[in-house]
Amino acid sequence: MSLKGRHLIDPNDFSLSELDEIFDLADRMADDRDSFGNICNGKILGTLFYEPSTRTRLSFESAMLRMGGKVLGFSDAGTSSVSKGESIADTIRVLSSYADVVVMRHPKEGAPKLASEYSLIPVINGGDGGHQHPTQTLTDLLTIRRYRGTLENQTIAFCGDLKFGRTVHSLISAMSYYKGSKFVLISPAELRLPGHLKSSLIEKHNVGIYETENLEEVINQVDVLYMTRIQKERFFNEADYMRLKDSYILSRSKLKDSREDMLVMHPLPRVNEISYDVDDDKRAVYFKQAEFGIYVRMALMALLLGVNVNVNRK
Amino acid sequence: MLTVNSINCGIVIDHIAAGNGIKIFEKLKLDEVDFPVVLLINVPSRKLGRKDIIKIENKIDVDLTMLGLIDPNITVNIIENDKIVKKMNTIIPEEVQGLFKCKNPRCVSNFDEYVTPKFHLAKANGKIHYRCGYCEELTTYSI
Repeated sequence: MSLKGRHLIDPNDFSLSELDEIFDLADRMADDRDSFGNICNGKILGTLFYEPSTRTRLSFESAMLRMGGKVLGFSDAGTSSVSKGESIADTIRVLSSYADVVVMRHPKEGAPKLASEYSLIPVINGGDGGHQHPTQTLTDLLTIRRYRGTLENQTIAFCGDLKFGRTVHSLISAMSYYKGSKFVLISPAELRLPGHLKSSLIEKHNVGIYETENLEEVINQVDVLYMTRIQKERFFNEADYMRLKDSYILSRSKLKDSREDMLVMHPLPRVNEISYDVDDDKRAVYFKQAEFGIYVRMALMALLLGVNVNVNRK
Repeated sequence: MLTVNSINCGIVIDHIAAGNGIKIFEKLKLDEVDFPVVLLINVPSRKLGRKDIIKIENKIDVDLTMLGLIDPNITVNIIENDKIVKKMNTIIPEEVQGLFKCKNPRCVSNFDEYVTPKFHLAKANGKIHYRCGYCEELTTYSI
């Protein structure tokens, strides 16, 4: 099935072979970016950001601009017709005639799914509350695939906020489709992975899961260490945030027992959960991960738009 | 033992878990009708120990889906000329739209007036759960 005209709301909207198609194209774009500089001439990306985001929005905008397309939209719901009480359905219906593909970030969970039901153009979920962030997941999958050569048989440790961290929910759900995936969940008791997600992973995929509060106990056993920020904006209560925010800090000394080829990943932005002295360790790949996010978003939008990507193919 | 006359033509909603009878009575708005209705509570039952029964001396449309959501063990008997002519079990629906709200306070279906909450059946063993079609949280229907 072609990806042209499809929506991306959940990372599992696409089959593994469709994901491979995106990753193969993203690899080509990463290796030869300039050749793809005009493939989206005349195309417009609409950016509907109902809550602040710098990284994701700029990454999408950069991806479209690097393919020769244009960008319009808003980055703050307060400056749009949303502040007048317009429904998501009406906003997306109108935007369908202004743009060719749209990315939406929204604080309410399920908002991009709702938009996709009324949209005439592909809708990409740019993050909805604590629910999903599928393009971050594609970025993470591409990063693992580029460094390890495969997405199968990987043991991935997730560390930090596993309760509200949507990047964790999306990645763990996507990785569970790959053969031999094992997960190590490192978090304080209050920030554990939600029970419904854990039971669904076990019931549907029979994946191995190990839970601990101790990072040092497991750091030498994993292929990927995925660090997350304790997100202040997800807490109702400031006291809870203050108590938990420094639960895990990865420093260079803690890395000494880890495998030489382990990957340290992070969706960024970080606060203090990874010390700066880790940045120049060869295991730290989080800035490359951010760069791969551009290529995966370029590949995704090109395929959803159905533009010609057969440039410089021998 | 309390005796209640059988009905000649109408509906008997049987095998209601004790305590749910009054809730179903209210849900079906039987307090507003102008035909005879009997609500029996705490009736001895071999299967349930105690059960509630609703007898309605009239044929009304009973939403088997709604009853299934409340209690999948409920049976509905259609009575004609003092005889049961049809026995129906409730339906546990695979998809539910608009009958209840998502329990997730962050779900878009609790904010946007345009949205009709929709759910897919997630588990039918013992308790019935429904997965929200928007945010994927599990909600259990309760009356």
